[in-house]
Amino acid sequence: MIAIVDYGMGNVASVKTAFQRLGYEVEITDSVARLEAATHVILPGVGSFQAAVEEINQRNLVKPLRRLAKEKPFLGICLGMQLLFDKGYENGTSDGLGLIPGEVNMIETEYILPHIGWNQLQIENNNQPFASFQDKHVYFVHSFQARTEQQYLVTTADYGTKIPGIVQNGHVYGMQFHPEKSGEVGVDLLKVFMEETNADRGQLA
Amino acid sequence: MIAKRIIPCLDVKEGKVVKGTNFVGLRELGDPVEMASNYSKDGADEIIFLDISATNEGRQTMVDIVKRTAEQVFVPFTVGGGVRTMEDVNRLLKAGADKVGMNSAAVNNPELITESSDRFGAQCTVVAIDAKRVGGKWHVMTHGGSKDTGIDAIEWAKEAEKRGAGEILLTSVDTDGVKDGFDMLLTDTVVAAVRIPVIASGGVGKPEHFQEVFNKTDVSAGLAASIFHENTFTVKQVKDVCVEQGVNIREA
Repeated sequence: MIAIVDYGMGNVASVKTAFQRLGYEVEITDSVARLEAATHVILPGVGSFQAAVEEINQRNLVKPLRRLAKEKPFLGICLGMQLLFDKGYENGTSDGLGLIPGEVNMIETEYILPHIGWNQLQIENNNQPFASFQDKHVYFVHSFQARTEQQYLVTTADYGTKIPGIVQNGHVYGMQFHPEKSGEVGVDLLKVFMEETNADRGQLA
Repeated sequence: MIAKRIIPCLDVKEGKVVKGTNFVGLRELGDPVEMASNYSKDGADEIIFLDISATNEGRQTMVDIVKRTAEQVFVPFTVGGGVRTMEDVNRLLKAGADKVGMNSAAVNNPELITESSDRFGAQCTVVAIDAKRVGGKWHVMTHGGSKDTGIDAIEWAKEAEKRGAGEILLTSVDTDGVKDGFDMLLTDTVVAAVRIPVIASGGVGKPEHFQEVFNKTDVSAGLAASIFHENTFTVKQVKDVCVEQGVNIREA
């Protein structure tokens, strides 16, 4: 079972359906017991970094999420991806989950913001399962971006500056765009995430 | 590079897609979710539903449509029409809409833009502006383009941005329904006045009109309704013309 963390930040119906389309059983939950029972944890999210951190704190989920991310494959989507990093600077400074080294601040570009629309993925490291997604369009909608080291960048997008698209640290993954809103390409990306982490899971267990 | 977006708009009344703009003799065209799903399969980058229901039952039906769409359509979608309060915004976002469009209510109560943006984020707060040429300026029109508010449309676009709108859906009342192409001057003027994405709307009669607005202005997206619904052209045909003319679009 795949667990989608329910913490009141954005609707997750499409995330759930996307995984169901791939044939997985999915639960939307904020119960630590259910999250522990899951094979994979998905952290979605739309809204501001600080508001998200507050919601997670209120549900006493910070420690459980940090622990679960060590134990099983973990995927953050959009704001959920930003929360994987150490710190965020949206509406003040807040601590993230600290699962990938880096910080989240405003996109610095000469282009208009928010960065809304379909942008193309640029592969940062060819020797990896996402390489076939070079130049594929995915749907972004955000004004803040992660700043992290090259070793954690799987794909980026060009928006007058390099915007992390997919990040990875071990079996912790993040997608800045919305795979669940990125048509067939998005579902294919989730499929690759599942295939890669299913292979990993034997080693983790 | 970010792609220019092609957006079909569906006018929904009491749960059915109807042939829009002309309120007399509305014709039912089909089920909104089914049509949205078909458009997305054909390459639509986004879908906009405009709820023109006159009744509370109709609006409740729209919430159900939003829920079904979120489960079945894998591109972003916006819902506008009849959005008057924060409660309306909340209800539609909760049901699964990616963005909510506000028009007359934002003109009457600009604070709605600020509140929606603060609470739910700029990315889901779309301000729809119906503009009509009056003298050397454009005025904001409400009530389906029939009532002149006297407000300068360019200034209003700037204020919407300042209040936290994440996007502007700009309809030219002058070109809407004429099918002779987008309003280039209006589109260009608004795009130059704000630093948020603008969606051009009103006037599409053929695929070439999309490439024209993309090649002549810096608009982010183009919207059309009737050419898609009447099966005159498909989204794919529009995209093929755009590609031929060097427009950066998403080839689904």
